[in-house]
Amino acid sequence: MYAALIIIPLIGAAVTWLIPYDRLRPKILSLFTLAHLGMTINMISFTPPESPDGWFHFDALGKIVLLSTSILFLTCAVYSIGYLYYRRERSNRVMCVGLLVCLSAASLVTITHHLGLMWVALETTTISMAPLIYFNRNARSIEATWKYLLICSVGVALALLGLYFLGYATIVARVEPSLLLDDLVRDAGKLSSGWVHAAFVFLLVGFGTKMGLAPLHTWKPDAYGEAPGLVGALLSGGLVNLAFLALLRVYQLCLATKEIIFFQNALIYMGLFSMIVAAIFMARQADFKRMLAYSSVEHVGIMAVALGLGGKAIFGVLFHIFANGLTKGVLFLSAGNIHRSYNSKSTDHVRGALKRLPWSGGLFLAGFIAITGSPPFAPFISEFTIISSAFIQGRLLIGAIFLISLSVIFIGMALTVLPMVMGGVPSDSETTSYRDTVWTVGPPLFLLLLVFLLGVWIPAPLMTLLRDASTLLEVHQ
Amino acid sequence: MITLADQLLVLVLLINFILLGTSRLFFSIRAVAVQGVLLGILPGLIHPFSWHLVGITIVIIAVKGFVIPQLLGRAVRSAEIKREAEPFVGYVATLLLGALFTAFSFGFAGRLPMLPEHQNYMFVPASIATLMAGFLILTTRRKVISQVIGYLVLDNGIFIFGLLLAEAMPIMVEAGALLDLLVGTFVMGIVINQINREFSSLDTSLLTSLKEE
Repeated sequence: MYAALIIIPLIGAAVTWLIPYDRLRPKILSLFTLAHLGMTINMISFTPPESPDGWFHFDALGKIVLLSTSILFLTCAVYSIGYLYYRRERSNRVMCVGLLVCLSAASLVTITHHLGLMWVALETTTISMAPLIYFNRNARSIEATWKYLLICSVGVALALLGLYFLGYATIVARVEPSLLLDDLVRDAGKLSSGWVHAAFVFLLVGFGTKMGLAPLHTWKPDAYGEAPGLVGALLSGGLVNLAFLALLRVYQLCLATKEIIFFQNALIYMGLFSMIVAAIFMARQADFKRMLAYSSVEHVGIMAVALGLGGKAIFGVLFHIFANGLTKGVLFLSAGNIHRSYNSKSTDHVRGALKRLPWSGGLFLAGFIAITGSPPFAPFISEFTIISSAFIQGRLLIGAIFLISLSVIFIGMALTVLPMVMGGVPSDSETTSYRDTVWTVGPPLFLLLLVFLLGVWIPAPLMTLLRDASTLLEVHQ
Repeated sequence: MITLADQLLVLVLLINFILLGTSRLFFSIRAVAVQGVLLGILPGLIHPFSWHLVGITIVIIAVKGFVIPQLLGRAVRSAEIKREAEPFVGYVATLLLGALFTAFSFGFAGRLPMLPEHQNYMFVPASIATLMAGFLILTTRRKVISQVIGYLVLDNGIFIFGLLLAEAMPIMVEAGALLDLLVGTFVMGIVINQINREFSSLDTSLLTSLKEE
């Protein structure tokens, strides 16, 4: 059962690698991602038992992350049918194969409880995305790819050292040497605090780099800015959540040790710092894809703060995995369409998108309203839960900085987005062959509907899933 | 056997300093290859004999000692560069910093609780010192090849620590990590070629068009 989640996308990767037709490949990609989503939903409803050696265990946290990732992958795959039609001049083989390999590795991250295996899978997602950032084959995209690959690889390597420290702590404590999460949680009280403390520092830095928490976010604006829209969507809505899941695993372990206070404080500091950095760089951003990258820095910051707060905020952050991931899909995919149409991602050239592309422009505007936390969209619920939790806990300063950053970001983002979509199209604007079609508008529209639906009504099975997952992250004395 | 392992670790540390002090790229690649071979021998010295172990040794030596250096060497040859001309920080300064970091890692390792049978080993300080040397190379050099070499040295440092926990790390995970390193270096090699084609140079100071205005 567990193997199916990993093997389905791998078979897809092999098939897309072998077929020589560029037109056919995105369709096969969509077919396999659809099969993967079907398998994911099936496994969430009928969860197979934990594997006897404890390596594979599909718990509520993994389910949440895999479900949102799989939905996003399917949407992006369908979008690629329309998108790659406009990029017929180059082969899409590497793109399709890379996406499927990444999906396979992503599944592995979510179903395993072996931290070493999770690390291997996480690094695989990093590498498999690198050639996709370089899809545009120009000087700027090669620079972005280089920074992404080097910084993320070094970051994730540091996380491996953190895992080694944990493993050595079990050896020093003379308990069963292991990197299985369940064993580590069971023996956490006996582990030597020196090693555990050092391990948590390295794990936070390592996974924080992959997630893009400030000040380890420097690769993010470049990579998101230069990658094609659908790759940006998957990086900011999918890979970020996988790195966050890795942090959640560390958090689960922390709960069983005395280090939890230190870890929570570190998360709050880094999270607030990320939000402030995002607020500063979001204002007057002349490149709308880079602006979205800073929005991603903001939202990983929100997630880190929420995790640091604990309590009710945990529910909020788990819901935010969905809310942020899906809304980022809306934004990056519609931004990709606007980029295609104007052949520019500078806000100096892109004006009057609502007139030129009513659908994509409208989706981009709606995505902006959703991501800044306005009702009735899903991010409103998650952000509101997190803020109210900060105030209920009496942590007024954190709540205040959080609120101020959100408002500054709202204003900064509005100053970029509103001129882009409103007004008339400049007369000297370049005309391109891009037109909104069902294939390029349908996928982001579908995501927006999901974000809206989740904002007004959380289905009962999802609610149960979120509650089950929050109990895994509660302080148990 | 322990003394031999420690002597090899001293060699590994010496190679760190060679890497910190040289400007010749081919020489650096060869030095990293030698370091990789040394790391491949180490598991055989501290663990009892098994066919498993022979397999691991062969794979590590092949990947770290031959395949990866080969990939890098090809990239350097096609780019026709020989030297790291002007690093961001001079060689003497990085060497001094390297010495400082090495001393620091011995101090740091002394403060952490160790198993009695590992007490006299140099694994932990050698690991941290190598990691830091890699980090230094990564941050102070201008050429992309040097940065990849820095990444490899950093990875070697982490690998040394991994030797202490053979029981906790299943072979599959170890192999997966090595495969990731190999594929990662392969992709980096491709990116290096593209950088060279695009900029006619491997200087990272040219990679600065992406920034905030």
